[in-house]
Amino acid sequence: MRFFKRRSSCQVARDRLKILLITDRVNCSPEMVELIKKDITRVISKYVKIDTDNMEIQICAKKGSSRSGKAPVLYANIPILDLQKQGRQLL
Amino acid sequence: MENNVIVVTSGKGGVGKTTTTANIGTGLAKLGKKVCLIDTDIGLRNLDVVMGLENRIVYNLVDVIEGNCRMKQALIRDKRHQGLYLMPSAQTRDKTAVSPGQMVKVIEHLKDQFDYVILDCPAGIEQGFQNAIAGAQRAIVVTTPEVSAIRDADRIIGLLEAGGFTQMDLIINRLRPEMVRRGDMMSSADVVDILGIPLLGVIPDDESVVVATNQGDPLVGGTSPAGMAYANVVGRIEGQEIPFLNFEKSISFFSRVTGIFHRQWEAGK
Repeated sequence: MRFFKRRSSCQVARDRLKILLITDRVNCSPEMVELIKKDITRVISKYVKIDTDNMEIQICAKKGSSRSGKAPVLYANIPILDLQKQGRQLL
Repeated sequence: MENNVIVVTSGKGGVGKTTTTANIGTGLAKLGKKVCLIDTDIGLRNLDVVMGLENRIVYNLVDVIEGNCRMKQALIRDKRHQGLYLMPSAQTRDKTAVSPGQMVKVIEHLKDQFDYVILDCPAGIEQGFQNAIAGAQRAIVVTTPEVSAIRDADRIIGLLEAGGFTQMDLIINRLRPEMVRRGDMMSSADVVDILGIPLLGVIPDDESVVVATNQGDPLVGGTSPAGMAYANVVGRIEGQEIPFLNFEKSISFFSRVTGIFHRQWEAGK
């Protein structure tokens, strides 16, 4: 089914806007998200070995009390490769 | 009267603020209301042209504020509708000529004499915008179903909320039903879902708007789709419960109707 049906430009516009407005509303640019990601990586890497290639950090919407019923949340999904790194070396 | 000072704003330019202001003002005047329109776009005045009153301007908003004339001298009476007045903006000055405090004073003076005072806001979010919203009690946010216009509208809504506005309504302008139907334009429901403020009206994209602007005669209340949609907006401002014209689903009926109007107009030429 998906094979025949291309995503409509309306759907594309809606999805782009949703992400755009969430970052606009919290006054947070994609560059800032990138900086947050770097800092989180640095801090967590002190304690455990993480998979930086597959980690996801993004600001997304969660049902809440704001205008359109969605409040921004910082979502982080960080796969851990090795828990044993603890205390071995700092940076 | 409560909430009779309305600012029409959008953030982005060219989405139809001035056209909307002219049509809402004219529509309210047609219902017998006493209406004052204020063009707050200092340096780029346009509302006078859309209303067809550009030849009658003697004094303007900045003259009133600077005390060069009395309020009454700057108010231009509309040529077609009794009870409709325009306070034109200055063309040779810039937005720094007016402060929000001065706007509040002007509006305080006008709002008891009129049923409605409607402010046409300039594009942008700087001083011109701050001046326009300073004396208003409610806001009408105009947008088109496009990413850039909706993004700017969202920013404006945020600023209005921060400014203490509690009544903000949305007008979606230039909707093209056939594009919505084939999935290439966001529907009014999509836009309302994203912006999260109540919908006041949906204005279809309509060539008659260009014709009306060419002639300096707002089309509200006429037989064109946009004219009918604006008439509904006016009714809703007056507190009437009017169902939304559903162009998006009944497209075949819609195009048939506009087709008929078009043919009649052609025949009448």
